[in-house]
Amino acid sequence: MTRYVIKGGSLLGENVADIEIHDGFITAIGQNLSGDVHVDASGCVVLPGLVDLHTHMREPGREDAETVLSGSRAAAKGGFTAVHAMANTNPVADTAGVVEQVWRLGQQAGLVDVRPVGAVTVALAGTSLAELGAMADSAAGVRVFSDDGKCVWDASLMRRALEYVKAFDGVIAQHAQEPRLTEGAQMNEGVVSGKLGLTGWPAVAEEAIIARDVLLAHHVGSRLHVCHLSTAGSVDIIRWAKARGINVTAEVTPHHLFFTDDVVMSYDPIFKVNPPLRTQADVEAVRAGLADGTIDIVATDHAPWPSEDIDCEWTAAAFGMTGLESALAVVNATMVKTGLMSWASVAQRMSVAPAAIGRVHDQGQPLVVGSPANIVVFNADIEAVVEPTESVSASRNTPYRGLTLPGKVIATFYRGRATVLDGELV
Amino acid sequence: MKHLLSAGDLSREQAITILDTATQLAAATAQGVGKLPPLRGRTVVNLFYEDSTRTRISFEAAAKRLSADVINFSAKGSSVSKGESLKDTALTLEAMGADAVVIRHDASGAPHRLANSGWISGGVVNAGDGTHEHPTQALLDAYTLRNHLKNNQGDLDGVKVAIVGDVLHSRVARSNVLLLRTLGAQVRLVAPPTLLPIGVNTWGAEVSYNLDESITDVDAVMMLRVQRERMNAAFFPTAHEYSFRYGLNANRMKTMQDHAIVMHPGPMNRGMEISADVADSARSVIVEQVANGVSVRMAVLYLLLGGTEGI
Amino acid sequence: MTNVVEPGHRNSRVVLDADDMARALTRLAHEVVERTHGATNLTLMGIPTRGADLAARLALKIESIQGSPVPVGALDVTMYRDDLRLRPARALLPTTIPEHGIEGRLVVLVDDVLYSGRTIRSALDALSEHGRPQAVQLAVLVDRGHRELPIRADYVGKNLPTSKSEQVSVHVLERDGIDQVTIEQSS
Repeated sequence: MTRYVIKGGSLLGENVADIEIHDGFITAIGQNLSGDVHVDASGCVVLPGLVDLHTHMREPGREDAETVLSGSRAAAKGGFTAVHAMANTNPVADTAGVVEQVWRLGQQAGLVDVRPVGAVTVALAGTSLAELGAMADSAAGVRVFSDDGKCVWDASLMRRALEYVKAFDGVIAQHAQEPRLTEGAQMNEGVVSGKLGLTGWPAVAEEAIIARDVLLAHHVGSRLHVCHLSTAGSVDIIRWAKARGINVTAEVTPHHLFFTDDVVMSYDPIFKVNPPLRTQADVEAVRAGLADGTIDIVATDHAPWPSEDIDCEWTAAAFGMTGLESALAVVNATMVKTGLMSWASVAQRMSVAPAAIGRVHDQGQPLVVGSPANIVVFNADIEAVVEPTESVSASRNTPYRGLTLPGKVIATFYRGRATVLDGELV
Repeated sequence: MKHLLSAGDLSREQAITILDTATQLAAATAQGVGKLPPLRGRTVVNLFYEDSTRTRISFEAAAKRLSADVINFSAKGSSVSKGESLKDTALTLEAMGADAVVIRHDASGAPHRLANSGWISGGVVNAGDGTHEHPTQALLDAYTLRNHLKNNQGDLDGVKVAIVGDVLHSRVARSNVLLLRTLGAQVRLVAPPTLLPIGVNTWGAEVSYNLDESITDVDAVMMLRVQRERMNAAFFPTAHEYSFRYGLNANRMKTMQDHAIVMHPGPMNRGMEISADVADSARSVIVEQVANGVSVRMAVLYLLLGGTEGI
Repeated sequence: MTNVVEPGHRNSRVVLDADDMARALTRLAHEVVERTHGATNLTLMGIPTRGADLAARLALKIESIQGSPVPVGALDVTMYRDDLRLRPARALLPTTIPEHGIEGRLVVLVDDVLYSGRTIRSALDALSEHGRPQAVQLAVLVDRGHRELPIRADYVGKNLPTSKSEQVSVHVLERDGIDQVTIEQSS
């Protein structure tokens, strides 16, 4: 196998060193190392390969939007070495058969670890538990369960799910959305929705579910993960829960770190997402929460859609935006360039912690000799205009199109193999 | 200005130009001039995704009186109801050479999409989109107010207007607040708290929950249509209670100033937000509003399409 | 007459002053009365804005000559112009039709400057929307030449040879605070 040396990169943005990669592992770290292929990382940050806890691969069912292969390519290009494929496919990933299918497609693609997420309830219907144990015991080894896209709104069912997955160290990843408060909701409820005449999605609809769920998790002593937290109030609730020792983790998406609901004034459905883009105060709160560790991880909620689902009226458009390829640049822009977070913290939030929550054992490992060689090399200072046509995802619905973002993934190594070199897929 | 999407897009000067133009066009009508020539050879498409015979007829009459060719494209019985997208419909209209598209749509923002998506090159006039805006309704209301209170001159400085009812779901209210404020009027929104949107305090209008206290000092009361269906979503308990607290009846009307007028964008729910005797009273200018609608829409179409490009 | 009227327009010179304009209008009034046999069936229609102002003055002068009031109105031709699409949409100006209309009347159109003739062509179209006059004639304060259509004036206050690069401006007291006609080089 090729012996790679990543030359002169700044490990976690700190010490400059060369990294030798051989046979799937980091085999040496030091100065003036040499190998078969040298990757020039001078001026770059070297981080452990990114782990996404929240990716919509769309396969099976919407292969026109994304496949496990095209999604894996987008992930690798964005610096990821593992992704969690959400369960809201068609058929829903609510059986061992479907999660194994997705898992095998990931193996075949071979660009990142594709860890299937299992549905909590049959068909995401919120009425009866899916065979969580069978999915856990399957070849896919599911540990994260989520009805994402829908909320497990029935408090009793949520309680049982939280309890049940303890048997195999699973976690329920809740899409926190009180359904009655969000009927027909189109965007954040606030000044902008009032002006635009779009039905509002109030912050309380998220916060009420999170508050309920942390209390449930506390009551039954289970592990809870909160998907795509988006409001200042949610950050407060998580902070309160953690202070009480409740075993809860939370994620924020890059787009909730970046955009406010003002962009909806254009009525361009590229900005339509669930949960919706919030206010400036919310953006500041989720940034602060991510910086201080209240929010454990960044997860992309990469939600690809073909143009027919986006190039239409706002209310007819699908919710969701792509995110894998832009995630690290957006975190750089919103958290690092702003001085809120160090690169070591970025590694924690985008690799170490998501791997730990998802129980992905050989991801999110420290950059030391003997670790699996899952590595991303990122030049944080290259400014580039986002061109949707340059995306390797099967879909083009990036909300950053036309914007200049700082940073570019130069190289990605997945289990010792280069998936990206010189900024391009290998 | 190439499009008319929001009443908020109009400057004071542009709004007054539209009203002045409408005044001249109304005079031409009064003088018995049948058709006016300025849009000869221009094609105006009325693209209606919602049933609204009144608004469609008003736009159709306006366009035809300006000698435009008019194509009515109704979502009912067309390919639209078979699932054709707005984009494909727009591309079809573009291929047919539409110079302007007058669009009524149940989705807020659909006219913005039509105007800004690159699907068509012509002008877009918002004829009511979802619960967002209805700018030509606001213009005809401003015209009616100016006619009664300002002798058809200038702006609406100093005029006080109460807008009463389902502000939350009303595109008429949104457009009127924007335009009336641009023209210098003071606006008071009167509704039960459930029918006011979050953030209404930023609209630059006074807000009141009490109708009786809100109509004695105003120059005009504009009643909004309230759909009985809202009752089912618990916006208010019963039609009876709504009418009792927020309906304009003869007793309430007596407390208004002598010169104050009563307006309604129609269609009315008689007995709900407005009693029949108020609707038919001498203060009511509801029928005038309809007539003014044609003049104002003529003015908008003339100013958007009559020259090289827009106002 | 080479008065410089405005500092911003060095090339602007007055070609008719207030007295000249008054004399020209008086002469026009006499000619109209004479050629319309006492102006008994006469209706004046001025073309806004300054043509309408001049029509109102002409009506008063005619009344002072033959004793009875002359119906006078205004006719906006904007929507009938053949160059409508060549410029941004223009604001409309008032059209007022005198009490008894124009049907069967001898209508004299009044404008300030006759140039290409296109305004008058538009006016003939506009007029026909309001009825069928017995005859239509044209009175102008200034005829500056350069006709582009087969149109001529029946009554001319002043023939003013100009080049196409020049601009002729009529100022009226009621609108501009001064009565005068100026000519200047277009910039």
